Amino acid sequence: MKQLLALIAGVVFGIGLTVSGMTDPARVRGFLDLFGNWDPTLAFVMGGALIVMVVAWLVQPRMVRPLVDTSWHLPGTRHLDGKLLGGAALFGVGWGLGGLCPGPAIASLGTAPMSVAVFVIAMIAGMSLHRLVADRL
Amino acid sequence: MILPGFPDAQPLEGLVGGLLIGLAAAIMLLGAGRIAGVSGLLARATGIADSGPPWIMALNFVIGLVLGGLAYALVFGPVAASYPPSLPLLAAAGLLVGFGTRLGSGCTSGHGVCGMARLSRRSISATLAFMVSGIVTVAVVNALGGGW
Repeated sequence: MKQLLALIAGVVFGIGLTVSGMTDPARVRGFLDLFGNWDPTLAFVMGGALIVMVVAWLVQPRMVRPLVDTSWHLPGTRHLDGKLLGGAALFGVGWGLGGLCPGPAIASLGTAPMSVAVFVIAMIAGMSLHRLVADRL
Repeated sequence: MILPGFPDAQPLEGLVGGLLIGLAAAIMLLGAGRIAGVSGLLARATGIADSGPPWIMALNFVIGLVLGGLAYALVFGPVAASYPPSLPLLAAAGLLVGFGTRLGSGCTSGHGVCGMARLSRRSISATLAFMVSGIVTVAVVNALGGGW
């Protein structure tokens, strides 16, 4: 059941990313081009997603457990640190350079030209590199 | 639908797509009790991360993501997408996104959608950081004549 649920969530997520135009790196780049030819579409995407998730977070505390699992698996970290902000800043540089973040990149893998495969392989390499050096950070 | 002042924007498509993304994240949260953070799920599916959901569950989500994009294109036809012209640039972008999202514990989905909706101070800070950093990056690239 959990497996099917994860698959369905992935499919709906992938359709949503594609419908919204977020699988077009030029459109995402347009959102970040605040001082140039700004394209606000991404703000509508995030707004739509936030509306649903705010409701989901209001429902969540009223449920004893998730529908198909016995307990919640939610992050509890609260403090801000250099890793969080430095990592987010590095992610932003890559996001700005390529116009791609993890979701749209993976959702384009089935339809996409070589470009996305190059990006995704490099992204997995970046994640592996982090794992290699994580103990020293 | 056209947004006054922004002829290229697709507010309606954006909103509908956003609602679907929110629905997917809500399915993960209320169904499986987990955050739909794509960077974390990819790291788990590829075996890079040790913690998180069971490997097979993360893999299912990632496969679903690919199938969702594919299904849309099969039903509605090819989706417009313009990529940066340089493969080395895409590779550099991918490396930064991969490293940065692991160091920063999330990306646009985990922090930007799930965490922000939870009013998590960490996620709001991370989202501000990657938005500002992305905006500065695009401005600098444009100033250097590297826009595409």
